[in-house]
Amino acid sequence: MSEVFDLLVEHPFFKGMSAEQVRVVADTGTPVSYREGQTIFSEGGHADACWLLLGGDIALELQTPGHGPQVMQTLHAGEILGWAWMFPPYRWHFDAHVHSDTEAIRFDGPRLRDAAEADPVLGFELMKRFTRILVDRMQSIRIQLLDVYSTPR
Amino acid sequence: MHPVPCRVRSVVRELDDTFTLDLEPPSDGWSFVPGQFTMLYAFGVGEVPISISGDPGDPTRLVQTIRAVGPVSDALTSVAVGDVVGVRGPFGTAWPMELAEGRDLIIMTGGIGLAPLRPAILHTLEHRDRYNNVTLLYGARSPGDLLFAEQLQQWRGRFDLEVLITVDHADRTWRGPVGVVTSLIGRASFDPETAVAMVCGPEIMMRFTIQELERAGMTEDRLFVSMERNMKCGIGLCGHCQLGKFFVCKDGPVLSCAAMTGACWTREV
Repeated sequence: MSEVFDLLVEHPFFKGMSAEQVRVVADTGTPVSYREGQTIFSEGGHADACWLLLGGDIALELQTPGHGPQVMQTLHAGEILGWAWMFPPYRWHFDAHVHSDTEAIRFDGPRLRDAAEADPVLGFELMKRFTRILVDRMQSIRIQLLDVYSTPR
Repeated sequence: MHPVPCRVRSVVRELDDTFTLDLEPPSDGWSFVPGQFTMLYAFGVGEVPISISGDPGDPTRLVQTIRAVGPVSDALTSVAVGDVVGVRGPFGTAWPMELAEGRDLIIMTGGIGLAPLRPAILHTLEHRDRYNNVTLLYGARSPGDLLFAEQLQQWRGRFDLEVLITVDHADRTWRGPVGVVTSLIGRASFDPETAVAMVCGPEIMMRFTIQELERAGMTEDRLFVSMERNMKCGIGLCGHCQLGKFFVCKDGPVLSCAAMTGACWTREV
């Protein structure tokens, strides 16, 4: 088995998936590294991948006129970067800016989609995991929008 | 129960709207336990409950951190050195410092919620050998809104205390995490089977924090929150601060989630 498979099979994100399912996902993965200051993807760009972060920090940013890039959220080791590869029109919603040198596994989005279409059981396993990420991030953004730490008057 | 006059020894501006008063305590026998509060009286204006934010090991000082959110707290944050304010208390229940001994301790807080937990942190550091891993998870609105920023820096420099800080909003000059405080849970070192968690912050933040700590494997008998309600008498007589079967001023402010049995989800009346 590959180095990527060995990493994935032990990872909590893939817990509950069969070894064969993990192998299919691992076959789409490649180890990558990014230097601090790099931009991995930009808002509006073609979303063709996702990443499992092994180390380092990534900032999801929105460009705001007059205020520069605003950090919406940071992602860290163990977390997944990128879900827009799953849903048409496959466009990134944020910029991904490397806050500190990062090691990751990059998964090829179109190949993952093809694998999920070909094997709906695998597709559902992936959908459950990425939906969890979406729900968590939506909840976080909701709380951030409430601005709970502001002064009540 | 009358307010005892206490003189202001120093005033520290922590944030634009938040000040820490160092008061001469009410008597030589002054003492409190982490988690308690006093009723602070701005003469001629009114009285409000304020958490004690000082060191429980130092009986010579009464330290209280106040955010200006209304007429009374506006008045209390406008005092000068030498002024006198009225103090009743200390009142209320304590953080479960003894229960946490021999276990991992998670201190989760957001915004000004760090103030009521600071005595617990100071107590823990004073008796550091009694506790296993100690982690402070703190969320603030922005990097400029970090309460006790200097002390947070000192705590981060310690080898026996893990301090993780996140903010809701930031630009690129902030090098730390951005996101809600619950996003830090996965990065903390603790045994969810035995750890004790102390949580204080806006009630919405505490509700989500409890959910996430339970999702991480903790049980409600080891989850403690500090509740805030409209306290008036401070001694469980007037009923203004009722929350389910509790009077927050007397039965709280620190309550176990197990004892509350859903009261945390009770809408304010």
